[in-house]
This record gives sequence, structure tokens and C-alpha cells, in this order.
Amino acid sequence: MSVDAATAIEQAFADEWGRIVAGMIRRLGDWDLAEDCTQQAFAEAARRWPREGVPSRPGAWLTIVARNRALDRLRHDRMRDARLREAAFQLGEQSFEEADVTAPEADDGDDIEDDRLRLIFTCCHPALPLEGRVALTLRTLCGLTTVELANAFVVPEATMAKRLVRAKHRIAGAGIPFRVPAAHLLPERTAGVLSVLYLLFNEGYAASTGSELIRVDLCVEAIRLARLLVALMPDEPEANGLLALMLFQHSRRSARADAAGDLLTLEEQDRSRWHGDEIDEANAILDGSLSPDEVGPYRVQALIAACHANSPDALSTDWHRIEALYGRLLEVTASPFVKLSHAVAVGMAGRLDTALVLVGELSDVGELRDYHLLQATRGDLLRRLGRDGEAAEAYRAALGMARTGAERRYLTRRLAEVGGSPPEQTGASVI
Amino acid sequence: MKYMMLVCVDPSVELSESERATIGPDTEAWVQEMDGRGVRVQGNQLGRSADATTIRVRAGEVLVADGPFAETKEQIAGFDILDCADLDEAMEVAGKHPVARFGTLELRPFVGG
Repeated sequence: MSVDAATAIEQAFADEWGRIVAGMIRRLGDWDLAEDCTQQAFAEAARRWPREGVPSRPGAWLTIVARNRALDRLRHDRMRDARLREAAFQLGEQSFEEADVTAPEADDGDDIEDDRLRLIFTCCHPALPLEGRVALTLRTLCGLTTVELANAFVVPEATMAKRLVRAKHRIAGAGIPFRVPAAHLLPERTAGVLSVLYLLFNEGYAASTGSELIRVDLCVEAIRLARLLVALMPDEPEANGLLALMLFQHSRRSARADAAGDLLTLEEQDRSRWHGDEIDEANAILDGSLSPDEVGPYRVQALIAACHANSPDALSTDWHRIEALYGRLLEVTASPFVKLSHAVAVGMAGRLDTALVLVGELSDVGELRDYHLLQATRGDLLRRLGRDGEAAEAYRAALGMARTGAERRYLTRRLAEVGGSPPEQTGASVI
Repeated sequence: MKYMMLVCVDPSVELSESERATIGPDTEAWVQEMDGRGVRVQGNQLGRSADATTIRVRAGEVLVADGPFAETKEQIAGFDILDCADLDEAMEVAGKHPVARFGTLELRPFVGG
């Protein structure tokens, strides 16, 4: 394939997949048919564009081919279903040879942007299981294949396929509407969409399973979706806050691990490797049209991330401001994880003893009992207080709970710093 | 889209005095509102599950038993048939039902629409 055609298809896939699928779902009400035909349209582009040249409006070309494929399919299925027959009628016949794809609006004037917003809200509907929401969003809006999704979430392909099928069946079976929620539901539902996108980002960022520390692809897809949401809901402060937060975190991806793949703390990272353009963009979003009184959880977290991103080195980090921002975050989310981060900030602001008390108060919280970072934080505080023996104890406990190889190597390194030896391997101690 | 809304309660859960006093009038108000909106087709309260009779036909023989088929903690105390635009509306209607505050409401779509 010529480089031009290949690039054009790649670009069109990123720009147009979600658009086309969303429009087809609204017209046909059949998710599988919408996906299949969109897939076929891209396959046809891959065959024809290198030979015939890239059309002047790739999106319109793909839309029309996808619709024609849908019409073919509906005809061949002998129109068993009255609903589909009606949809086919509305779709009308229009071959792309006839269509004027050079016209400024070759589409039939439907509000395409609204279709994608409808699709986001439908995929993230609270009546769908959370796993299904995440998978369906990536499948339909980003065009990730079942295999790609299975790899990204480290599950067998069959499991991922089942997850997608169940979610789609449930949309039809339970009567989940394909629409932007009514005004009175919008704040709650928007928060639900944002949490799916952030979960997705974190899945890529923290890689809770497997040996890879950062799965960049999921982060990139999450940022794409957040950008889309901001474009579709420009006045939603929390969508802007989430996008800024993701950009700040993502900007550190090249500096988060050393050559051996080991996790580096913010203090240890080479800040020259942070992506300045992304930090600039995130800063601009935060400085944008939002009123400073907005205290949504994503915006506050973005402001915290900004403190790190805009500090030339670790020493000049304004920990007092970060501590204050975590205080604000605690007012809107009483999560034990936020309490832990607040305690870390208190420690970094120099009040080690207070921080140790705060961490101690959290050790009985169920959600944190098996969380390696609680013990790792305790270890760090004790190490800085010069209580090496207790620090080693905490690091050893953290090691027992760490989930990834990189986390374990980091903790082993810290443990060695306070003169401790790693715990014996489980299994070796049992005879 | 039609839904069967099953109103389920755990009989061992003790209601507060104020909850006991308001549940009747609140339910009445809910019925009036939903009838007025045209989303409630019909509904009723059910008798004690201990008074249920279970019928099974096995190998041509009718087996009759007293009591509910399944011994579960939550029991169906009533039902309403809803005719809603979609799940969002059904969720809103169910969310307004006073039993939702202490019991569980299950929305089951009709297969035949």
C-alpha cells in the first residue's frame, strides 16, 4: 500500500470510526450490524484507496460505503425483522458513486456530533456492568478489536467477546436508550462517563496486572475520548478537569521508569523527559474559561498534578499548596485513597510525625488493608524519620502486597536502603 | 417498553416508626402520580409469601406444596406493570417508589415489548 493511502486510512480510522458507528447505530438500532459494516468500509478503503487514490472527503466515502454494506446485508437477510425493514427504508439507497462526496455536507444533515455523545452515554449507562461499559466504549468509539481489548485487559479473547456481547444484549434487552440523558440526569450520568474514562486511563497508567508498567495505548485512547467529550460538552468543567489531569499524568510517561523498567518516584524522575507540550496544553485548559470556584474532584486533582508538572525540580515543589488541595479534595470525596495521598502530602510538606499519625489511622480501613502503597508510605515516613528498623518492617509488608514486578523491585531497593533484607520467597519457607 | 416492576422486601427488616407511618400515604401518592403520567398500567400488593401455593407437574402428576418455591431472604411484596419510554424512565419511576428506600425494586422488561 502506498504510504499516502496507509496514512490516510490510519487517520480516517482515528477520526471517523466512532462517528460512523454512532450514526449507524442510531439509524439501524443494531450495534453488531453497525460495527460490521463500518469494518467492511475500512477494509474496502484499504483495497481501493491505494489504487484509486484517497477520496477528497474520506469520512463521507466511508460513511456511504458502510451504509451500502448495511443495505446489502439487510436485503440478504430477507428483512426478517420489521424494525430493520423500516430502518432500511429510512436509510435509503445511495451508492457512493452517485453521492457527491465533494459537497461540503455530503451527509444528510443529521447531527453527527450528537450521535457520538449519545453513544458515549449509552456505553457508560449505569445499568451496564462496569467492565462492559469500558469494553463497549473502546470497541464502538475507538474501534479497538476484541483481540486488542483482550490484550489490553489481559483476559482471554473469549472472555472479552462474551463481555461485549452481553453488554450489547443488555442494551437492547433492558431498554437502555440511545440518547443523551435528560437534563435532570445529566450531572450524575456525566460523572459516570468521566469515571469510566478515568478508570480506562488508570488501567493503562498503573497496569494493575501483568509485567508491563505502562500500557500507553489505553492512556492514549482515554485521552482521545476525554478530548472528544470536551469537544462535545465544552462547558462541562469536570470533563475539562479530567482531560487536564490525564494530560499531566501522561506527560510523565517517558520518565516514570528507569532503563530496567523500574518505577521512579516524582523526585527521581528526569523532568527534562516530561512532555512539555502536553503540560502546556493541560495548563491552558486549567487557565481557560473555568471559574476558580469550581471544585469538582477532577479539576482539583488536575490542579495538584499541575503543582508537580510546573515545578522545575522536586525540591521546589509547593507541598503546602498540594496539601491544601488534597484538603479540598477530601471535602468532595471521602475516599481512603485520597486520605492516604493527603497524608503523603503532609509528610512531604515536612510534618512527618503528623503524616505518620494520619497513615496509622488508615491502617484499619478495609479498602487499604491489602494496599501496598499504605505500607510503602509508612516505610518512607519512618525511613525519613531515621527509624530504619520499623521502615524495613513496613517495606517488607508492602512487598508482600505489591502486584507488579516493577513495584516489587522499587520496594526491594528501598528496603536495601534501610538495611533490610527481602522476605523469603513464599513456598521456599514452607517445607 | 413494558416492564414488570417487582417490589421486594426483606421481612426481617424493621421499619422505623416514621417509615411505618409514611409508607402507606407515600405509596398512594406514588400510584397517583404514575397513574396520572400514564406509566403505570396496573399493580397490586401481594399477600404473605407464607400463603403462597406452589404447583408443579412432574411425570403427569400434579405436585402441590405450600409456601414459596424459593426460600430467599427478599420476598416479592407487590408488583407494578410499567409502560415507559425506556429504561431511564423506568429507573426514575422505580426510584421514586417509597419501598426503594429500604427494599429492592427489580425492573424486568417484557419479552413481547
